[in-house]
Amino acid sequence: MKVLVPVKRVIDYNVKVRVKADQTGVELANVKMSMNPFDEISVEAALRMKEAGQASEVVAVSLGVQQCQETIRTALAMGADRGIHVLHDGELEPLAVAKMLKAIVDKEEPGLVILGKQAIDDDCNQTGQMLAALLGWAQGTFISRLEVGDGELKATREVDGGLETVALKTPAIVTTDLRLNEPRYASLPNIMKAKKKPIDQMSPADLGVDPAPRLETLKVVEPDKREAGVIVADVTELVDKLRNEAKVI
Amino acid sequence: MVLAPRPEDLDFILHDMLRVEELAEYPRFEEHGRETFEAVLETARRIAEDKFQPHNRAADLAEPKLVDGKVEIIPEIGQAIEAFNQAGFSAAHHDEALGGMQLPWTVVQAAFVHFQAANLSTAAYPFLSIAAANLIRAQGTDAQKARYLGPLLKGRYFGTMVLSEPHAGSSLSDVRTTAKPDGNQGYRLTGSKMWISGGEHEMAENILHLVLARIEGAPAGVKGLSLFLVPRIREDGALNDVRLVGLNHKMGYRGTVNTALAFGDGGDCHGELIGEANEGLAYMFGMMNEARIGVGLGAIMLAYQGYLTSLDYARERPQGRHPGEKDPDAPQVMLIEHADIRRMLLKQKAVAEGGLALGLWLARLVDRHGQDPSERERIEAGLLLDIVTPIIKAFFSDQALAANDAAIQIMGGAGYTRDHPVEQYWRDNRLNPIHEGANGIQAIDLLGRKATMRDGAAFGLLVREIEAETVTARQAPMLEDLSDQLSSALNRVRHVTSVLTSAQLGPMKMLANASEYMEMMGHLVLAWIWLRQASAAVEGLRGEDGGHVGDREDFLKGKLHTCRYVFARELPKISPLADTLEHFDMTTFDMDTEWF
Repeated sequence: MKVLVPVKRVIDYNVKVRVKADQTGVELANVKMSMNPFDEISVEAALRMKEAGQASEVVAVSLGVQQCQETIRTALAMGADRGIHVLHDGELEPLAVAKMLKAIVDKEEPGLVILGKQAIDDDCNQTGQMLAALLGWAQGTFISRLEVGDGELKATREVDGGLETVALKTPAIVTTDLRLNEPRYASLPNIMKAKKKPIDQMSPADLGVDPAPRLETLKVVEPDKREAGVIVADVTELVDKLRNEAKVI
Repeated sequence: MVLAPRPEDLDFILHDMLRVEELAEYPRFEEHGRETFEAVLETARRIAEDKFQPHNRAADLAEPKLVDGKVEIIPEIGQAIEAFNQAGFSAAHHDEALGGMQLPWTVVQAAFVHFQAANLSTAAYPFLSIAAANLIRAQGTDAQKARYLGPLLKGRYFGTMVLSEPHAGSSLSDVRTTAKPDGNQGYRLTGSKMWISGGEHEMAENILHLVLARIEGAPAGVKGLSLFLVPRIREDGALNDVRLVGLNHKMGYRGTVNTALAFGDGGDCHGELIGEANEGLAYMFGMMNEARIGVGLGAIMLAYQGYLTSLDYARERPQGRHPGEKDPDAPQVMLIEHADIRRMLLKQKAVAEGGLALGLWLARLVDRHGQDPSERERIEAGLLLDIVTPIIKAFFSDQALAANDAAIQIMGGAGYTRDHPVEQYWRDNRLNPIHEGANGIQAIDLLGRKATMRDGAAFGLLVREIEAETVTARQAPMLEDLSDQLSSALNRVRHVTSVLTSAQLGPMKMLANASEYMEMMGHLVLAWIWLRQASAAVEGLRGEDGGHVGDREDFLKGKLHTCRYVFARELPKISPLADTLEHFDMTTFDMDTEWF
């Protein structure tokens, strides 16, 4: 079975994100970018399937600017076999991404697509679900455990009430949660091997998708600064403040 | 927690200052480029953060113990080293045919500093093993390389350096351990060894001790020392006759088990000769030179960790008000607002970032020394390495300790407690002026050998490097005054060196003030490396593509201003040192031992 793993280039989780002065977005110039951490977990899950003989090929896909190839290269250095890069310079929303992924799935015919449950930049948590709907495939989201059987997967989902295990007929979509695995490091020999692995480049037009955003961003602002606390004298004053100042009771 | 080095600083040193991508012009590195270098550094940073840094305190609190005759070490140390080896760091600079990546030494060092910053005592184990592998690669027979190199590069075997004895630490000419030919090309060793880091533990399949010993009948002194490979477990699977006598209990650096070992108590310690007989010290020095740069960098990385830790603290800790503020109800300002705190931060930044720049410049010399097609270039790089190695080892380990001291001082009482890491950095760092050749000996080496070697050729090359930088810097109007200042400091140092080396003082008196000479040279080199960074920063501030400096503006201005600090507050220290040296001041020398 072929496994497709979309990987997104995002601001590194260590970077303190700053809003641009003109409020049109966040500062990306000279900011360290890395693979979305949930996508690293997806790559790891796919690689473990390959090592267990459950997957024949792992294909990493990234959509966006030219530097997304670095993110694909990271997946290749972890052990993925080849990459697909859809070059696009503008903003991409989850629906456009899901449509382009569907076009790639139609061409590549994977048995499984493993996505991160969300990206740490916009926290959308939509692409996997949209892709499943567009393809009409079964989906198991927020998984912390994956068992691969013959034509069927058992995916354990982290839901509000605890854990829920669903059986999915393949081909299927799963999205990964933090506890699924601990991603491996790109080892030095694999970094060298990754240089020689192929990355196909294409455009949204090649996939027949118009990636224009459907939403308009009015402005981006920082959250309000947290104000200093005060010490209240007694419970009466606390209740009074909660009722009349904070207006929460 | 923060981890040194700061990525933008490492990037600046490697690319703006050292232009490492040009290393790909050497055939050995032609497969490489900025992309592979960055991927390697990224893996290093992540493993250092995830596997090395978290147990730094735990290893300090639970030093290695002897339990039922076995050394017990917290398991996180072995796990971290395993991750290091699995990622391929022990083999990184070796040939592809050996499973290596043919990575330039500059990049190997740039990666390794992350592990040193995260956890110096855990990093010491692979540090020693890498050095042992380099030595076996350089001096071993084909059979020895075939047997030992593979397991060392994979991290299955660890290596050690076994020089000191209970009665002979710095004084290697007094080494007594003997080796007797066994009549079958092997040797049997007998003797006691002391201060052996990584000398005994259960983390590796085997430990390869590289031991200095004297073949029976060899000449006295260092000319009679040979180098032996003594495995903990022999090829036939039997435990070799290497007995753990005891563990040393150290003030810091505690994760690295330090041992006293007895070789051949039972008369059956098998060893094999490495290279030629009586050449052991030269071989060991091949390993030691690399280790000395590593010790310097380790000290510098602790300075860097202390700098970043105290900087964070100073930015977040409100304390007091500005001297002019009379209103006691005015809000407190952050520590960093106080000029004296900024003084101590600048001192640390100068040592940490300047030291890292110097260490990686040295590593780039190692690549030039090994790979340059021009023989002259290779020789010159080797001479520059010879003269600057004692400086990074001694001057920078002293300065790095002072930097950690400043970090504690900034954090006040908090810095003195075990609730914060800076007291441990200081204790860990206190070893660095001592081991791999005590700093006093480094100073004697610098003045007594390196400054005069080959008719002063190494010294002359260093002068040339510094002069070249003053010329470069003079092209930037804002660096002109600094360029002049460095030129006159250089002239002073040249004068002092020529006075000292030509005066007929005899070795006793000439070397009596070697430490002052070391300090003077250290300040010269510190100023030079900062001027180099300042020139690169000026270039960076011009910006790419028509002036886009972006987020680097503050960073680059910080480089320029730290250079100004070094020239205003550190470089002038040369003057009184030069006075002492030029006038052959013998105050310390003339103190009678009975007058104490």
